[in-house]
Amino acid sequence: MKYIDEFRDGELAKTISTNIAMEVCADKNYNLMEFCGGHTHAISRYGLTDLLPAQITLIHGPGCPVCVLPIGRVDHAIKLALEQDVILCTYGDCLRVPASNGLSLLKAKARGADVRMVYSTTDALKLAQQHPEKQVVFFAIGFETTTPPTAVIIKQAQALALKNFSVICNHVLTPAAMHAILANEGGAKLHGFVGPAHVSTVIGSRPYEVFAYDYKKPVVIAGFEPLDVMQAILMLVRQVNDGRAEVENEFTRAVTREGNLKAQALVDEVFELRDEFEWRGLGTISNSALKLRSAFAEFDAERRFGLQYQSVPDYKACECGAILRGEKRPQQCKIFGTVCTPENPVGSCMVSSEGACAAHYTYGRFKDVAVMAA
Amino acid sequence: MGEIKASYVRPLDIKHGRVDMSHGSGGRAMAQLIEELFTSALGNEYLGQGDDGAVLPQVRGRLVMATDSHVVSPLFFPGGDIGCLSVHGTINDVAVMGATPLYLAASFILEEGFPLADLKRIVESMALAAHTAGVPVVTGDTKVVEQGKGDGVFITTTGIGVMRDNLALSGNLAQAGDKILLSGTLGDHGMAILSQREGLKFDAPIVSDTAALHGLIACMLDCGASIRTLRDPTRGGLATTLNEIAKQSGVGMMLHESAIPINKPVEAACEFLGLDPLYVANEGKLIAICTAEDAERLLAVMRAHVQGQQATIIGEVLADTHNFVQMTTKMGGRRIVDWLTGEQLPRIC
Repeated sequence: MKYIDEFRDGELAKTISTNIAMEVCADKNYNLMEFCGGHTHAISRYGLTDLLPAQITLIHGPGCPVCVLPIGRVDHAIKLALEQDVILCTYGDCLRVPASNGLSLLKAKARGADVRMVYSTTDALKLAQQHPEKQVVFFAIGFETTTPPTAVIIKQAQALALKNFSVICNHVLTPAAMHAILANEGGAKLHGFVGPAHVSTVIGSRPYEVFAYDYKKPVVIAGFEPLDVMQAILMLVRQVNDGRAEVENEFTRAVTREGNLKAQALVDEVFELRDEFEWRGLGTISNSALKLRSAFAEFDAERRFGLQYQSVPDYKACECGAILRGEKRPQQCKIFGTVCTPENPVGSCMVSSEGACAAHYTYGRFKDVAVMAA
Repeated sequence: MGEIKASYVRPLDIKHGRVDMSHGSGGRAMAQLIEELFTSALGNEYLGQGDDGAVLPQVRGRLVMATDSHVVSPLFFPGGDIGCLSVHGTINDVAVMGATPLYLAASFILEEGFPLADLKRIVESMALAAHTAGVPVVTGDTKVVEQGKGDGVFITTTGIGVMRDNLALSGNLAQAGDKILLSGTLGDHGMAILSQREGLKFDAPIVSDTAALHGLIACMLDCGASIRTLRDPTRGGLATTLNEIAKQSGVGMMLHESAIPINKPVEAACEFLGLDPLYVANEGKLIAICTAEDAERLLAVMRAHVQGQQATIIGEVLADTHNFVQMTTKMGGRRIVDWLTGEQLPRIC
């Protein structure tokens, strides 16, 4: 397919792999964090670590929307679905995120809650129009990529004067999470970031400049295709070798310095910063998430249903927090692959295929054991 | 007293009529439905007897029996419908055991209010599929459930076949060194269905691959290649089926991504929805595990058959106590092709 095969060309990958191998310094370590779950997924699915020399360590970042969702937020959704007789709709991955009392939205559904998976925000709005007798709540999650579509339906709901539609807004901000990771002394020692792909199409490359200039960390924005990731790693190796710390853009086919100004304006019109928001793993971070502006208050499910946020601690043995901060690898968690598996996830990182634990379990766990070769 | 003329019984109004509760009551309405809609389409000497069961001729050899329930939604999809699907599915389950499929039984659960015209289409499609395959539906049953308690039509089919002599095929016979063969492209059925799902409709030239595979299988068995396992990768796709075999046989597998054929529109649709074609359902494909020395010969036989033109050797069986199914990717890396977790859900961003 046009624009798929081109970015999955095995021969080109070999060439880049050779270049990387030639350019890394034997006595240097390159700890590179891929911020996005999309990158984690691509790295695991295409087995890209096999193409990298031992000096390069890829560290999975927190850029997986369902992974950073704290239990308390999912509890909100479950409570509404079970107790308020609403139609609760959300994106697929959200349904399996473990919450309090051994529940998830999927398990709530089995208990009679009306939980629906939607592919797009417009489907959520359609549900509200089709069921005027029911309250329809869209559980909105994601980084800057999925925020504009949520803004669009809130504006549409207002234009249609819908009385039965509201949104639980869990939209979070990428730069805030990167700040949190870099500010965490004693955390992972990083030499650079593979910067977000889709997020950057919206916010542009400019917001990362602070990480290059203030924190002296190279950032290379990369697409989600395997060749994008390989090329970005090569660019990061070169920055580290040269002692440079810049924001470079590998994903020029989609990302500009300014980003999508229309989408930014739309988001700004509908949302404003929350004072603080709890992230799974990263803790409570100020100015790191969005809420609906008061002009759109009637579509804010938290206000409509009087939801009060309550922080819920993670399962004790679960290392999702340390993994999301890049301090531990999935296989260093005691319950990885034993108590916690994709079928019965204990922590959120085992849920989405973009989560570090699920990606490693699903695609890479053969590396943890000696498997006889053919 | 004058005789009541047969013509006084008004025929079923197929065009406008709908299934109602009386069609499942065991009374005249049910008899009429069976006669005018089912027996007339599926007609054969066994079904025509009108008894509770079919008395079948003696068969020499071991019997294979398989059953499969069909609950597909939507009922009609590009390339087929629940009718032909229910015939193909069970024939394939019998055939991959190494048996020649002989007879089918079909059981219908109809939802009150279901249009008779749609039912007729489904039954006729079923009849055509059974006729083409040469496997008659010899007995059946119909029940009606109240509106809201079914999804239009559910069909359960059961098949009986006779095993070839001296043949043993099973998922527990794969051995290290064996080759893994695939008869054609992956994911066509599942993506054809998804493309029609409410709330998800997209235009794509994707057609279900639903087909009866006993013809292809007969050619493969006739050639005398040492086949250990045959299986049709339906629900859960290739990945799930291979994991099942790896577990049953206590072996591992190594696949080669570049050898696995996938139609371009299927690949594109999977990409668009964030799905992996290795996990998408097929209804007209099979996997064969065969000794390395016979693999090329078997491949040639498969390719000579119309249903196996795109057949390829996709990998090998390994000794591996962890029973991992692994794959070398097009990029030159290696990864696991794991069991499917829950339903394949789309990724968020």
